[in-house]
Amino acid sequence: MTTPLLEVTGLQTHFHTKAGVVRAVQDVSFSLRKGEILGLVGESGSGKSMTGYSLMGLIDPPGRIVGGSMKLAGQELRGLSAEAMRKLRGNRMAMVFQDPMMTLNPVLRVDTQMIEAITAHAPVNRDAALKRAREALVKVGIPAPDERLRSYPYQFSGGMRQRVAIAIALLNQPDLIIADEPTTALDVTIQGQILYEMQRLASETGAALIWITHDLSVVAGLADRICVMYAGRIVEQGTTEDVLTRPSHPYTQGLLDSVPSRNQRGTKLKQIPGMTPSLLELPPGCPFRERCSRASSECGVNPEPRMVDDTLQDEPHTVRCHHPLRHEVLA
Amino acid sequence: MNENTPPLLELKAVSRRFEHSLDAAAKLAKLLGGKVLSQTVHAVNDVSLAISPGEVVGLVGESGCGKSTLGRLAIGLLPLSEGERYWRGKPISGLAGAEKKAQQLRTQMIFQDPYASLNPRMRVVDIVGEAPVTHGLISRKQQAEYVSEQLNRVGLSGQVLRRFPHQFSGGQRARIGIARALAVNPEFLVCDESVAALDVSIQAQVINLFLDLRSQLNLTYLFISHDLSVVEHISDRIVIMYLGRVVETGSVQELYADPNHPYTQALLSGIGKIVPKKRTFVPIKGEIPSPLSPPSGCHFHPRCPHVMPLRNSEVPALREIAPGRQSACHLNTTGSA
Repeated sequence: MTTPLLEVTGLQTHFHTKAGVVRAVQDVSFSLRKGEILGLVGESGSGKSMTGYSLMGLIDPPGRIVGGSMKLAGQELRGLSAEAMRKLRGNRMAMVFQDPMMTLNPVLRVDTQMIEAITAHAPVNRDAALKRAREALVKVGIPAPDERLRSYPYQFSGGMRQRVAIAIALLNQPDLIIADEPTTALDVTIQGQILYEMQRLASETGAALIWITHDLSVVAGLADRICVMYAGRIVEQGTTEDVLTRPSHPYTQGLLDSVPSRNQRGTKLKQIPGMTPSLLELPPGCPFRERCSRASSECGVNPEPRMVDDTLQDEPHTVRCHHPLRHEVLA
Repeated sequence: MNENTPPLLELKAVSRRFEHSLDAAAKLAKLLGGKVLSQTVHAVNDVSLAISPGEVVGLVGESGCGKSTLGRLAIGLLPLSEGERYWRGKPISGLAGAEKKAQQLRTQMIFQDPYASLNPRMRVVDIVGEAPVTHGLISRKQQAEYVSEQLNRVGLSGQVLRRFPHQFSGGQRARIGIARALAVNPEFLVCDESVAALDVSIQAQVINLFLDLRSQLNLTYLFISHDLSVVEHISDRIVIMYLGRVVETGSVQELYADPNHPYTQALLSGIGKIVPKKRTFVPIKGEIPSPLSPPSGCHFHPRCPHVMPLRNSEVPALREIAPGRQSACHLNTTGSA
């Protein structure tokens, strides 16, 4: 097997607050091949965004990456100087955020912002940069790009603004794009448009994509592989088909069961009892055990990731559970 | 459904316009001969809707389509620009005094944002208990006991009476909002995106609560949402809105099995079904036009895959296409597709 584009092992990001240590990301490991789309799924507070921020070097104090390693094409990202990190960000790796209004500077025209992103990383003159900016806007499907380049962010609709944010992320042909809930704030029909563009762009440019979301239905149609996060940990990871049709962790199963379209109409939804635990001073052991119907005394010890039986050699399906669900009959 | 009982709430040809009145500078400019026009938004345009007792009607549309405005019109939070509301067959504008107040108490709303809709400086006992005390349903002495009963009904412990909203999680706040609406024993609830802000596992808990309360208290819901899978699960009948107009209505089974209007078809193609298979997302072109200057004729025609010359000029009427089903599309009258 060739070296993966991104290899994250044992990543730990903690926030040292006055109230105690918040272990936002706890022993997260995954890898990503060139051109692969990884869905990072979890509910609020599960650490999925913090994993993305850690990769981009965007963790601010009191937060700190306290352990693990992140390798982009073999290069260790952890411990890079702020200056070296700045050279990577927006160049070899880029991020698209949830709220496109917050990520674009409201007082600068779109062309200024796009040219800045190009000239910050490459010695190109303004005209060449402008040409590249225009091409990027065309690529994400923005009509009348010349006119749009001279507009301010407030003159765009939400969907168009998100397209601009994606265009900026694509400017320097990054190897890795991290998208943090980029369609959550958008309407259904606009969400379909953005997903369509992202899917097309990922296959055209060969960039690897980490898609962070709480919406299983989005990653189901988009991602090659899925990592399910709960309380800062990846509790299950595998190919989209393995995770969604043969979920092994009780939490994954619970999430899938609580989606309305998987239930008989009008009947009660299968719900997960209780709520997500606070990450502040989380007691040892499996963080899901309080809400789990399969929990036993064994669950007082934190489970290590282990292979699920149906695993194929090249596509590992792992789960962090002492009592994983087994699916005898393959769907 | 019994044909003789009048609908619980009926809206007949209601419209709501919001006018942007001119400010002082604009008035001055107009005096001096400048071309300044006041702008009008037709948030809800000629909508009729009848909701029978015990029915759950799902109101679906994208942002800016007027679904929240229609919800507010339905319970009288906003005055109507045109049209009339009927409560059990009687026009609501004809009610006065005690009768009017009683009707108002029968209808309640559960708001979208569980953070913004609870007063951060009030304790739970007052948030839930204020309305029933004010309206004389209970005495102030009974308040604490009454509120803890209400809280138990929505799955919260009665021991949280003295707490403030910030001490609760999102799902618990949603429950407090529901308890507040139910505290005055309403028959009709407007739920405006009540589960949109919640995580999937918490959303399932709150949807189950809605289903339980419906069967326990025989409630009638107008369930407003942009999430088609949630609406499909909870509703009996669906109303689809686009830019202030109803474009299609029908029972859940029929509408989801065979959507008639091109907009409904577009919405349903993006529905949140979990199919673990790489699929190509087929986008519908264009964006929602500004309600300040909606397209002529059928509002959907600039985005419609079946657009034809005729439709650019005429507004399609909402016509019955099957028993209990209506759709507003010229395709149904010209017969070509």
